[in-house]
Amino acid sequence: MEYFVQQLINGITLGSIYGLIAIGYTMVYGIIGMINFAHGDIFMVGAFLALIAFLVLVALGVSSIPLALFIVLLISMALTALYGWTVERIAYRPLRHSFRLAPLISAIGMSIVLQNYVQVAQGARVKPLPPLVQGGYTLIEGNAFAVRLSNIQIIVVATTLILMAGFSFLVARTRLDRNMRACEQDLKMAALVGIDVDRTISLTFVIGAALAAVAGLMFLMYYGVVDFFIGFLAGVKAFTAAVLGGIGSLPGAMIGGILIGLIETMWSAYFSIEYKDVAAFAILIIVLIFLPTGILGRPEVEKV
Amino acid sequence: MSERAPVPRESESANGRLDILAALKEAAIAAIVAFGLFALLIGIRTDQGPTGALVFTTRFGALAEIVAAVLVASLIRSLIWRRTKTFSIDRLVPGFVKAAASRVAVYAAAAFLVFALVVPIIFYGNRYLLDLGILIVTYTMLGFGLNIVVGLAGLLDLGYVAFYAVGAYSYALIAQNFGLSFWICLPLAGILAAFAGLLLGFPVLRLRGDYLAIVTLGFGEIIRLILLNWQGLTGGPNGISGIPRPSFFGLPFSSADNGFAATFGLHYSPTHRVVFLYYLILALALLTNWVTLRLRRLPIGRAWEALREDEIACRALGINTTNTKLTAFAMGAMFGGFAGAFFATRQGFISPESFTFAESALVLAIVVLGGMGSQLGVAVAATVMLGGFELFREFDQYRMLMFGAAMVAIVIYRPRGLVATRTPSVSLRERKDIAAAVVRNARTESAA
Repeated sequence: MEYFVQQLINGITLGSIYGLIAIGYTMVYGIIGMINFAHGDIFMVGAFLALIAFLVLVALGVSSIPLALFIVLLISMALTALYGWTVERIAYRPLRHSFRLAPLISAIGMSIVLQNYVQVAQGARVKPLPPLVQGGYTLIEGNAFAVRLSNIQIIVVATTLILMAGFSFLVARTRLDRNMRACEQDLKMAALVGIDVDRTISLTFVIGAALAAVAGLMFLMYYGVVDFFIGFLAGVKAFTAAVLGGIGSLPGAMIGGILIGLIETMWSAYFSIEYKDVAAFAILIIVLIFLPTGILGRPEVEKV
Repeated sequence: MSERAPVPRESESANGRLDILAALKEAAIAAIVAFGLFALLIGIRTDQGPTGALVFTTRFGALAEIVAAVLVASLIRSLIWRRTKTFSIDRLVPGFVKAAASRVAVYAAAAFLVFALVVPIIFYGNRYLLDLGILIVTYTMLGFGLNIVVGLAGLLDLGYVAFYAVGAYSYALIAQNFGLSFWICLPLAGILAAFAGLLLGFPVLRLRGDYLAIVTLGFGEIIRLILLNWQGLTGGPNGISGIPRPSFFGLPFSSADNGFAATFGLHYSPTHRVVFLYYLILALALLTNWVTLRLRRLPIGRAWEALREDEIACRALGINTTNTKLTAFAMGAMFGGFAGAFFATRQGFISPESFTFAESALVLAIVVLGGMGSQLGVAVAATVMLGGFELFREFDQYRMLMFGAAMVAIVIYRPRGLVATRTPSVSLRERKDIAAAVVRNARTESAA
């Protein structure tokens, strides 16, 4: 029982990170109907930016960890958003009226570019960081096993919830929300009624990238180690989460993320840790076959 | 679809005169963006210090160079590039060169083939070039195989390496455990890979475009993870070594009395095996090419092309899209399996490391670069890419970076491929401009 509760906590923490990345996928897919293949690597870039910003801040003499983390969060969100904007500008915008597979291929190219750019710029070796936030609470004192809730887990889940609430407001109550939903329905029509389509799509990428940066910082703090290849697996899993939750739906992305996190953790805990990634990929395939609209998604109407 | 429409730029005033101030402003913005992008990741390099903790060193010089380069590039782009309003690579080539090129292009395929045939004769003494030749032809064959799925049927497969892996492991396991010869194992490996193709095909029948791509990617990873973790069968990360080498129809390439050299009265040389391998993969690649060209003329090939152009119209015409997709996957997978079996016998050692997503991306890039659906294009693209990789061997770490950038650039500037353009195998003789325009509009709308 204690073991299960512990896995539940771990799974929700991991799932929050996936959920944050999944929002980027789900928003971009909602608006232009394309998988942003480079999104996983945007997340990786975010983690690296956070790492470097943190090191610089410490060197500059910022000794208070909470303050440093807050500044790091802002810097990495801003710069990663810039990466998101650039990716859209280079790999998506010129191809908006090209053939169907074109943006996907250019996004794969972009993903390769980002990965190898970080590898060239920062080296292929893993980057360890000592734990920044320590301590925690013991929830249940079992006979052989104590359930621990660490501070870092609280931070990850709390930050995710706050950001989720904030961005849900942003995309449900503001002008941006109306523009985005209009673009989702029909790009050409939206342009006709005076919506700046390019700007709206850019903003979608920027928001997605900023949330991915938060996920990157959380990942860095939670695992304490990053390398240039983390974006690939995290990207596929977050995409699975977006599909599972129903693509195009923000709460769906969060629910999907937490489910994927739980499934992965439980699978590692009770079955085999080697096949945990196989489990994630298998879920993706199973969901797409049996539940293509996801938990909260709307069925897609195919227009001729 | 069509060339991008000329969009009025900010740096051009109404009378078409270039506004230098606007260009400067644009360049300044580009430089600021570049600074934001590269300040931390290029300007600061993190490494593990002697104590194991991360330390960083600054590289502001490199950062300044990159930002300056972006500034200059942006200025050049605004002031010179855009002077030609609808810039396209075609414009840079003078008319008579193009006319000559199109006349030469008719013979290009034949010339290329003849060259491929005489490579071992010309470069007999150069083992390095022979090995490179084998590599290029292997990837050409993989490109041909993937071309069936992506180029002809229009199904984006990001997990093609899975079939390559299935072929390689099938060959290795069958040859080792049952002692069968290469010529029996080869078709078996192909058949097993084709079954893997069907296995992938069934679940993804209903998926389209991006979903299909991501599921095939997942499939490729599942296969790799299984190979990595099923220690008992595949040897896990250590892979399989000591895979039987091919023999010349029963005559081994050895210095023994019953070997190839002794039987034909030649002096034994290890190059014999390499030349044989070269011709073997060339024959396999040509077989793939021939089958593809024939299939394109069969109803199934026509159905693939119809499926690529419009799935809904395809269904409305009574084409069985299920069978069409499954055969495309199975055919593509089979040729991937052949190539995998060849890879296993050439290397004598295989491990999951050879079958990562990067391989899938490389083969896909070859197909895209070559112009999806074009056979000659694939061969030329494979030569250019792998040859380029070898040329820039000393810039090893920048290779993949350039490769990714090339992929993006080609899709943007030459969406139909750098080398050749694909046309449907059949089309109406008479050009129906109005109909085509209507179709194009409809397509862009549905894509948007």
